[in-house]
Amino acid sequence: MSFDFPLIWNSLPDLLGRGLVLTIQLTVLSVLVGLCLAVPLGILRASRNPWISKPIYIYTYVFRGTPLLIQLFLIYYGFGQFRWIKSTFLWDFLREGFWCCLIAFTLNTAAYTTEILRGAIQNVPHGEVEAARAIGMSRFTVLRRIILPQAFRIMLPAYSNEVVLMLQATSIASLVTLLELTGVARVIIARTFAPYELFITIALIYLALTYGIIWLFKKWEQHLMRHLGERPADAPQEGALATR
Amino acid sequence: MKKFTILMSVAVLALSSGAASAAEKIKIATEGAYAPFNFVADDGSLQGFDVDIAKALCEKMKADCEIVKQEWDGMIPGLLAKKFDAIAASMSITAERKQKIDFSEKYYNTPAVIVARKDAKIAVDANGNPTDEGLKGMKIGVQRSTIHENYARAHFKDSEIVVYDSADNANLDLVNGRIDARMDDILALQEGILKAEGGDDFKVYGKGFVGGELGEGVGIGVRKEDTKLRDEFSKAIQEIRADGTYKKINDKYFNFDAYGD
Repeated sequence: MSFDFPLIWNSLPDLLGRGLVLTIQLTVLSVLVGLCLAVPLGILRASRNPWISKPIYIYTYVFRGTPLLIQLFLIYYGFGQFRWIKSTFLWDFLREGFWCCLIAFTLNTAAYTTEILRGAIQNVPHGEVEAARAIGMSRFTVLRRIILPQAFRIMLPAYSNEVVLMLQATSIASLVTLLELTGVARVIIARTFAPYELFITIALIYLALTYGIIWLFKKWEQHLMRHLGERPADAPQEGALATR
Repeated sequence: MKKFTILMSVAVLALSSGAASAAEKIKIATEGAYAPFNFVADDGSLQGFDVDIAKALCEKMKADCEIVKQEWDGMIPGLLAKKFDAIAASMSITAERKQKIDFSEKYYNTPAVIVARKDAKIAVDANGNPTDEGLKGMKIGVQRSTIHENYARAHFKDSEIVVYDSADNANLDLVNGRIDARMDDILALQEGILKAEGGDDFKVYGKGFVGGELGEGVGIGVRKEDTKLRDEFSKAIQEIRADGTYKKINDKYFNFDAYGD
């Protein structure tokens, strides 16, 4: 098998241009909106009142328990079947593959992030909460000043994984006509019949993006953990998030 | 080491003889998402005009054939990777594809048309075909890596060309209103849209387009080195044309001769 290097070189403008831009757009937007949804949902999910936590559990269970591809197809092809949806403003969004992807990805990552946050909230040392209550902080102040900041530090490694997985999940957007990285590659493959060259190239681009995300989270974690100061040499490394 | 070498050569010998006996069986790939030419029937079997023609050709060639399903995008890469030996999937003979694979002579050639909503205001030319201007600003759905994609990109420069992995998915999006028009083979659009649920709102615009990017008709695709297989397919096409087998298959699906001029 000969490897067509000029083809890769010639494809780079298309791949790194619109392809990469759309991939990053989809990832950043769905992760950001997903996080905004997940913060209140995660807090409610950690509630000891089952009337509050159960409905959210059902949401996260459904979205974590079904393949993202099926969720996307349900939104993209499923909603198109209902005539009444098409007569509402909703159709202006659902008509576009981009919005269908954004909705599916956001709801999916919000579900995972909610559970990650719920786990982190429940792992905040109980003594810290009690201490805060003892000095007279209100429930809300405890949540804002103690529980959430601590939970955020705890969840960061797991959350960085979620962001990486989301980046890779954006590749299925190509199945609903979007020309993100994978979509552009498939168009070029269809024209040149050279799957190896193109798939290897985009695999390397995804690897680079993943490295960037992990690096950013590592810096962020170091920033949040700076109060812990120098650790003894035999303590676990902070940067262990990549291996989690 | 010597023992190992002998062992290896025995193993290689055994493998290659195994491959030789398996090679008598011809694997033919089709897509299964392009009715009435190829589709997956309710019982899961692959059926359609392409499949029937392929089976008739095999019968003439006295070959043992197996029809396998393959996504459109992987058709030519799969053939080159020897996952199968021939393509019978309504693949048009084009100069672009001929750089990678070879074709038998054509076994059908039907025009490409535009299908859109009946009430869409599209300017047409003398043949009733939509003009470049008439399709301005519209979203035209085509299947990726087809003659129709190439034609649409070359001619409808003021329209947005939306590419799909299969004709079925593109049809679904036209009926759902995500795109404004579809360009494809006339028979595939009649079956996939006009006869399907919600198809009453749509119509074929004009007599259709031929030539140019649309190629020289549809042939059986084979690897370039398999010239013998290619010639056998071509000969068998002549034979089924001559003895009426072709007509029988043709009439099962169409009310005119799909072979073309």
